[in-house]
Amino acid sequence: MSASLTTGDPTPIHMVGRLVVNFIIAVGDLTRFLFQTMGGLVGQMPRSRVLWPVMYEVGVRSVPVIAVTGLFIGMVLAVQSYDTLRMYRLESRIGSVINVSLVKELGPVLAATMLAGRVGCAMAAEIGTMRVTEQIDALKALGADPISYLVVPRFLACFWLIPALTLVADGVGMFGGWVVSVQILGVSDHFFWLYSQQFITAFDVVSGVMKSMFFGAAISIIACHRGFHCGNGAEGVGRAATDSFVCSFIAILALDLVLVLMLNNLYRLLWSLGIQVI
Amino acid sequence: MTAVVRPQSPLVTVAPVLELRSITMEFGAQRVLQDVTIQVRRGETLVLIGESGCGKSVTTKLLAGLLEPTRGEVLWDGRPVRNRSARELHRDRLRFGYLFQGAALFDSMNVFENVAFGLRENTDLKPDQIRDVVHERLREVGLAAAVGEKRPSDLSGGMKKRVGLARALAMSPDVVFYDEPTTGLDPVMSDVINELILQTQASRKVTSVVVTHDMHTVRRVADRVVMLYPLSRVAPQQPQLIFEGTPEEAFEFSDPRVTSFVRGEAGARLKEMYAA
Repeated sequence: MSASLTTGDPTPIHMVGRLVVNFIIAVGDLTRFLFQTMGGLVGQMPRSRVLWPVMYEVGVRSVPVIAVTGLFIGMVLAVQSYDTLRMYRLESRIGSVINVSLVKELGPVLAATMLAGRVGCAMAAEIGTMRVTEQIDALKALGADPISYLVVPRFLACFWLIPALTLVADGVGMFGGWVVSVQILGVSDHFFWLYSQQFITAFDVVSGVMKSMFFGAAISIIACHRGFHCGNGAEGVGRAATDSFVCSFIAILALDLVLVLMLNNLYRLLWSLGIQVI
Repeated sequence: MTAVVRPQSPLVTVAPVLELRSITMEFGAQRVLQDVTIQVRRGETLVLIGESGCGKSVTTKLLAGLLEPTRGEVLWDGRPVRNRSARELHRDRLRFGYLFQGAALFDSMNVFENVAFGLRENTDLKPDQIRDVVHERLREVGLAAAVGEKRPSDLSGGMKKRVGLARALAMSPDVVFYDEPTTGLDPVMSDVINELILQTQASRKVTSVVVTHDMHTVRRVADRVVMLYPLSRVAPQQPQLIFEGTPEEAFEFSDPRVTSFVRGEAGARLKEMYAA
């Protein structure tokens, strides 16, 4: 669905108006799709023979790519931070810089980005191909609700498993940072972990994991929505996969900003109430 | 303009099992069907013919409740589909079997799982009972049980259609929809599919709706034929449904749009194309 002109050539005002209307339509459609998915969740849980293969694909098969990218991110952080910290004779604190960055931001965002690229695109392409080849109509004709059968298991798999993938990215990234800092650049092993421990709170870890759950939900909803609204032919499927990644990536960054603001306010609120967040 | 022929066969007194009443269907700005009314009577084989893009498949999906019309009413057993609850809709849709144009077999499953899908989703049958039903359906369409292990990508076009038919028949439907069942098949395999349609009709007493371009299929299986014309070429105020009658009547009909189509003659269409 999109807005269209009825007469004449488009003026800049028309074009802006069309963009705004199309954006509102797209957001409304995505929201309706989200509610349909929530409705499917309320109904009944997906059968295990449907859910487990999706969870294996999302969870287990994403571990290698997230581990490798996490490792390199940790290593690059160490290399980039070391020179600046050494200028101020603070290189012993490199562990806190690397590990706080990983736990609070890079781990969740990296895991979500890799999930959007590896799993989200595949979901959009698979569902898009099913739409183009009438397999979604076939599901309906055989008495299965396409939302419950296709979207709900993917939503649950992304929502449940992205925290584990985030922890993998965090852990492997820390290891990569430690290898470069301690084994190659000669930073003290003791201080690397000491400052890491001092600067990372449980709240940081939990907030990172919580953010990742929102990212996982957004990735699965956007990917499945793009698949369900895929255009015809190979071009349509390709575009659905590309749109899925681009929209997911923008959503991840936008959600990250909103969630950081909310979680920081929550942290301050807890602090002001005298609740110790270690 | 010629009037639509409505033959007074004995079947006319039987209540329609499916009905489209003044249906208009639009996809975005594109209108595909306009004010189309079609009845499908219990036990008959209705064949929808017409040029590519005239809305045959859309009509079939509307009849099966897979699409919702922009305007107009879809009725099953005389009752509007839109008045049914989601549960009723789900239950009633299970009365239908649907053979899709490209078979629409699930790529992620093997043949056995494809045929068993409806049974697993909608019945409490035990695995060995499901296995027996699947093997029986595969046998009915001339496929060995061993084919069940194959993936859809390993099958020929004719085998895919037969597996699609086995899947459509797995739940013992009352109504079977065939969307271009012989398109893309060699003449022998086309006739095999026609024969399977006839066998299904004879053995199960189902109501059938067939979409096809293949006049051989029309002659072999049709009780009644309906022809749709592409809306883009229908004159204003003229009906999109340009013929309704028996296959024999279609060949003798006075409207050249119908006779040129059923005889496969390009003359009038070519003139129209060059004039455009």
